[in-house]
Amino acid sequence: MATIELRQVAKKFGDVYAVKPLDLTIADGEFVVLLGPSGCGKTTTLRMISGLEATTSGRILIDGKDVTWKHPSERDIAFVFQLFALYPHMSVRQNIEFTLEAQNVSPAERTQRVGDVAKLLEIEHLLAQRPGGLSGGDRQRVTLARALVRRPAAFLMDEPLGALDADFRHTMRAEIKRLHLAQHATTVYVTHDQIEAMAMSDRIVVMSAAEVQQVGTPHEVYHDPANLFVARFIGSPGMNLAPGKMADGHLLLAGGHRYLIPAQWRGTLSQVAGGEVILGFRPEAATVSDGGSLAAEVYANDLHGAYAVLHLSLDGENPETVVHVRADRFAHYPIGQSVRFDLNPDMVRFFDPNSGRALRTQ
Amino acid sequence: MTAFPADSTGRQGQRQISDRAIKWIFITPTLILLILLNIFPLFYSLYLSFTDFSAITKDPPVWVGFANFGKLLNDPQMWKYFATTGRFAFLSVGLQTLIGFGMALILREKFNGSGIVTTLILIPMMLSPVVVGLFWKLIYNPSFGIFNYLLGYTSPVGAPDWLATGNLALWAVVITDVWMWSPFVMLLCLSGLNAIPDYLYEAAAIDRASSWFQFRRITLPQVMPLLLIAVLFRTIEAFKSFDLVMGMTGGGPGDATELVAVNLYRMAFQGQWRTGQASALAYIVLIVIIAISNVYIRNLNKIREG
Repeated sequence: MATIELRQVAKKFGDVYAVKPLDLTIADGEFVVLLGPSGCGKTTTLRMISGLEATTSGRILIDGKDVTWKHPSERDIAFVFQLFALYPHMSVRQNIEFTLEAQNVSPAERTQRVGDVAKLLEIEHLLAQRPGGLSGGDRQRVTLARALVRRPAAFLMDEPLGALDADFRHTMRAEIKRLHLAQHATTVYVTHDQIEAMAMSDRIVVMSAAEVQQVGTPHEVYHDPANLFVARFIGSPGMNLAPGKMADGHLLLAGGHRYLIPAQWRGTLSQVAGGEVILGFRPEAATVSDGGSLAAEVYANDLHGAYAVLHLSLDGENPETVVHVRADRFAHYPIGQSVRFDLNPDMVRFFDPNSGRALRTQ
Repeated sequence: MTAFPADSTGRQGQRQISDRAIKWIFITPTLILLILLNIFPLFYSLYLSFTDFSAITKDPPVWVGFANFGKLLNDPQMWKYFATTGRFAFLSVGLQTLIGFGMALILREKFNGSGIVTTLILIPMMLSPVVVGLFWKLIYNPSFGIFNYLLGYTSPVGAPDWLATGNLALWAVVITDVWMWSPFVMLLCLSGLNAIPDYLYEAAAIDRASSWFQFRRITLPQVMPLLLIAVLFRTIEAFKSFDLVMGMTGGGPGDATELVAVNLYRMAFQGQWRTGQASALAYIVLIVIIAISNVYIRNLNKIREG
């Protein structure tokens, strides 16, 4: 297994940056997810690591060796393609064996190794079939088998579950995570699905508009987003963002609500020029209670099964001022009703509206 | 929004000629032509092949059973013509496959002007074979033809006379046929190559396959169905080859380029007018072509199913 290091790696198509200069060090055995909306440069980054895409500038090191100008076949990495990319004219066995055959591994060892991965992924009964007749899940297992049989230095996966049914994705997600833990293989995984990223990764690299927005553990990215983009993008729904203006220890929100700034934030916020900040909090940071310090009107009400999400409007009917709040699934909140709630002071965050960056307590 | 009466008259207007009638009006002319020019001659010649009919005599056809077939199959000369045809087909189709596939591999890489180059390469197969035969005759001309000059002969003295030399004439025809029809093979191969998705090569590069390994295990199997179709078409055409050879050598010198189809033409129309026997020969050629096609098609299906 290996470490992967990107130093100022960038990709330009014409004059447009697909990936702006990016630094990233991935530890041996780490599972890193590149997460972002489509077109953010995450797949291009992955393809540059694999060598399928040339870098415009910067250097890529795998296990300390500079591979920037090495062909994909010389990098000892396996790549799992989103659309499987299985060889249609070969049987499943031949598909898995292809890479071993290309490297002149002896037939006996080939059979042994194909047998091993087939058993691991429970696809032994499919070995004689062509990939064309397989279900999406089975095809993905074959693709994983083809990657695993190599025993490569690292695995690169490009939205491997993107083409699968939603409920099957759950199963495969767990399978990939278990495989990773069993193999202790360095893995870089691209997805636009934040739930996948949260569930699988050791660290998440959030990308947007060709730039890295934040690198951190799932916990850090969720609870301490580095900027407004990450705050909105992570979470379903995303973090609530309510702009306000400071006035004698309170934050003046839309609709004239006054939010008492928690003690640990006063020092930081008092130094903000102009006094304008954005208050951010996750839906679960709010507790609905009759004695709450903030009031709002029910705008809509979604039942999510285990809990309900209330859409609360701070300022009358104005949808711009709606915040989402976690609530008891059995309580009934008719639209238009006034509701009071409190925020957990440890779970509120503040952002600079000009730079979009998160503010930190001192 | 539309008034009801207007709607119903519209429908009546359509009813004057039903869909069924329109179908027949379009199909009938083609059907008549097909029956007159293809289907009737096919069966009439089958009948004639069992008679001693000659198209220039007034005598009605007399049934002779398998006499025509027996005579043809026992004629060593005829076996020689088949051998010549086989050799011509093998050389010609073989070279066309190699050159056509090679050109397709080169033109698959897009470069500046590759579209124009592809179009230019396709020109030979759009020409009439008789015209091609005529100007290649000039190209091969021993005194002023450019072919020998390009081979390095600066004077006609000692230079080969391609069309008049026994063992060169067949090669001369093969070269011309290859010039004319390699583009056809190229065209089919090119569409086959372009249909191979890039991700297969990306997957192969990740799988650490060398270029040769990729060519052998991905390119070749993927393009094989179309390549085989091209070879099948060319083989059928080669066995029927007539116009090009007739225009260039007329079967000569001697019988060096006497292909079956050339001999058939001579038998049916030139001086001999042995219509019955020629019909029998035509059927023998047909059976040979069907047999060869079947071998190809069986292989093609095998490749498709794997």
